[in-house]
Amino acid sequence: MKKATTLHFYSPDTSDEANVWLAGGGISAGFPSPADDFKEVRISLDSAVVKNKAATFYARVAGQSMVGAGLDDGDLLVIDRSLEPTDGKIAVCFVDGEFTVKRLKVAEDCLWLMPENEQYKPLQVTKDNELMIWGIVTHVLKAV
Amino acid sequence: MFALVDCNNFYASCERIFQPTLNDKPIAILSNNDGCVIARSNEAKALGLPMGAPAHKFSSFFRQHNVRVFSSNYPLYGDMSQRVMEVLRQFTPEVEVYSIDEAFLHFDGFAHYDMEAYAQQMRKRVRKWTGMPVSIGLGPSKGLAKVANRVAKKFADRTKGVYVIDSEEKRIKALKWLPIADVWGIGRQHARRLALNEVKTAYDFTQLSDDWVRKQMSVVGLRLKKDLEGTATIPMEMIASPKKAIATTRSFEALITSYEEVRERISTYATLCAEKLRKQGSSCHAVYVFVRSNPFMPDLPQYRNGMLVTMPFASQSSLTISKYALKGLERIFKDGIQYKKAGVMVTGIVPKNAQQLTLFDGEDSRHDALMQRIDQLHRKYGPHKIKLANQDLSRTFKMKQAHLSPRYTTDIHDIITVR
Repeated sequence: MKKATTLHFYSPDTSDEANVWLAGGGISAGFPSPADDFKEVRISLDSAVVKNKAATFYARVAGQSMVGAGLDDGDLLVIDRSLEPTDGKIAVCFVDGEFTVKRLKVAEDCLWLMPENEQYKPLQVTKDNELMIWGIVTHVLKAV
Repeated sequence: MFALVDCNNFYASCERIFQPTLNDKPIAILSNNDGCVIARSNEAKALGLPMGAPAHKFSSFFRQHNVRVFSSNYPLYGDMSQRVMEVLRQFTPEVEVYSIDEAFLHFDGFAHYDMEAYAQQMRKRVRKWTGMPVSIGLGPSKGLAKVANRVAKKFADRTKGVYVIDSEEKRIKALKWLPIADVWGIGRQHARRLALNEVKTAYDFTQLSDDWVRKQMSVVGLRLKKDLEGTATIPMEMIASPKKAIATTRSFEALITSYEEVRERISTYATLCAEKLRKQGSSCHAVYVFVRSNPFMPDLPQYRNGMLVTMPFASQSSLTISKYALKGLERIFKDGIQYKKAGVMVTGIVPKNAQQLTLFDGEDSRHDALMQRIDQLHRKYGPHKIKLANQDLSRTFKMKQAHLSPRYTTDIHDIITVR
């Protein structure tokens, strides 16, 4: 008879984050659950939304300046710093000592930060302004 | 080729990424408990703020020079560090994280690369993706990469943050420039002794005989010499070993005399150690407890003592580790002493599943489930909500952190606001 020479003890990973499929069918002596052959990893919002972990940050919207683009007060923004700021992108910028979120409009000799709310004025950025494009907004998460 | 990537004023830069108004402003970061200055921005250094300056003695200095002061925000610094390292790993698989803000990189098979351009690309990507400014030094050994990094940082205007030692001429020039005391791995004592022997620069050091260096500074010194000569002798250490010991020690805000109070502190530190053990999936076999009075108040009766308590079985339970820590405290506590500091250290660390099973003397099996539940609740409702009965329930925060910045990247309630 073959003898086992080592015994391995394993302890379960009980962290909440593990994307493991739960075999919820219970164990019975009869037939296995027909679903067991089709198990997949549960959907993760994180992996759907975050394309670049090292470069992804989050911000909270305050105010109404971008309601036209669907950014309401209190919404959560997903920001990817690795993306290039190009015409038409919604960006988080740092201007005049404050973080702001606006749509970028690239003109010939300047850049416009465009609000999407008639009550706000576009902000023209020229070489004299100090502007930092902090990151590009990729998703908006809102509670309904 | 080796590279040393070093974040510029790492702690201050972490704060600036989320508060860009602080760019070009002097910043000081304080130690745990807001005790003393542990990091300074270049502007704060230029004002003459010394490293280790006690915060309470410098409050008027801070005000006078408009220095922005921060309590250390380790959740933020730790996360930003991980992001930087993640970006670096895209450039080579061989990354040795050397400290929270520096890493050695090894490039094998990059012979036909323009390493200076490659390093610039690396620097730009780290800056763009994470916001962190870094300096990069490259050379044929780790020792020379470290030297090159000093050059890159010191002459940032000319080097644009990257310097490569790739010729004999550059190597000698850099070594002749670097004072011996600033050479990586040369301690203060060795530097003093070397200075007595007319060794003033890193170059002078490489001119010593191998025998002399081995005799005076052991094989470690010799390895360093070889590294600086351009022969890679100090290897990459890539595998992060699981921590061999975990400690939680704190200075008290005020002196403590009563047994009950010290007991409460020890129980809290033991609980923290147990949490750290559970996080890395380990158990410990022994727990070391120590207490001490304030050596800076020599008029008071001085006392320090510690004790190692070996446990009958390996454990990661807060209840068990706290119990044995308190057994140790019972033995070393002395009345009539004003205590300033205490700590708990757990050693004999083993992976939890490598524990030996004992028939009669094992952990109460209910502890496992209880600890898991406690950890779950802490993840959900924030740390330190559940305490042992011998911890002080009214005590909600042990550290003085009067100048703490938000945890921008690790707490959803602390993220930046945009208008």
